[in-house]
Amino acid sequence: MKKPKEKNRKNKLLLLCLSFLKIGAFTFGGGYAMIPLIAKEIVDKHRWITDEEMIDIFSIAECTPGVIAINCATFVGYKVAGFWGALLSTLCVSLPAFFIICIISLFLESFKNLKWVTYAFQGIRIGIILLLSMAVLKIGKTLPLNIFSIVIILSAFLLSAFTNINTIFILLGAIVIGVVYHIFKIKIIGTREKS
Amino acid sequence: MIPLIQQEVVQKEWVSVVDIMDFIAISESTPGPFAVNISTFCGISASGFAGAIFATLGVILPSFLIILYIAKKSDRFLNNKYVRFALLSVRAAIVGLIGYVIFEFMELAFMNNIYFDFKALIVFTLLIGYFIFRKIQKKKANPITIILLSAFLGIFFYGFIP
Repeated sequence: MKKPKEKNRKNKLLLLCLSFLKIGAFTFGGGYAMIPLIAKEIVDKHRWITDEEMIDIFSIAECTPGVIAINCATFVGYKVAGFWGALLSTLCVSLPAFFIICIISLFLESFKNLKWVTYAFQGIRIGIILLLSMAVLKIGKTLPLNIFSIVIILSAFLLSAFTNINTIFILLGAIVIGVVYHIFKIKIIGTREKS
Repeated sequence: MIPLIQQEVVQKEWVSVVDIMDFIAISESTPGPFAVNISTFCGISASGFAGAIFATLGVILPSFLIILYIAKKSDRFLNNKYVRFALLSVRAAIVGLIGYVIFEFMELAFMNNIYFDFKALIVFTLLIGYFIFRKIQKKKANPITIILLSAFLGIFFYGFIP
């Protein structure tokens, strides 16, 4: 009776590998553009986790030191299939990049002169804008529509636009403000109910 | 991350100052996590294929171990009230951060020095067209299709149209 379960697990790990190979091969322009790809492969196609869980994972990955794309892959992999899921997802998300760079380094001089690679990337840069917008919409939809959200969104935007403050400190600031705000809110509601 | 890499790799003379600029430029325009791209490059430059493997594993390992630990504990703390508050405001902050990245990419894509790049606008409009087309079909736009389509449109508009 143990065999079918074992086979199922192997199948799942294999599918997880394939998904993260795809995600690794099509992640351009940093970790943010990865969100629609994970949403498509892991949430919509295989339904291994929910949108909400994915956004939680991404938020934690952002606040943790290290490579965001790797953080995400490890976490999602762990959530889907435990330790082996984490290990395989991490390796698979890195493999396409690793091999592409190995190949490019063999032809470094001629690669720099390939005109159509430049053109393709000029196009991809525009495509990334769309992927980033999809990511913003996806996360934005889960936010409560109130002044608190708007203030945090605007301050994060302005801080990253006009200062050199590291992203991690902006996120830590948001955590502190968020927790303090909610503690006060609970206290105020509490005292109101008493009176 | 770039200053850290430059400091470590150039000072130890594994990679020359000129090469590191090339590596960064190429890593930014090839698929995959930037950190993996650049460390593979530096590894190869320092000591060939084996160097590439060790450099890449090295850059992955801290992330992997830290997240593995957090993921194991996550079931317990994710339901904590204060963690929920914190994550909610992190989400809002991320929306703001991505918002600015979009702004930066738009500037990069649409402004060619001081001139407005109309080809970029056409490509962008066509991509939005695909997005809306999928919405009308009540389906979701496939991000992989968007990447492939935008690469193709880039080659077509910048390579073949004067």
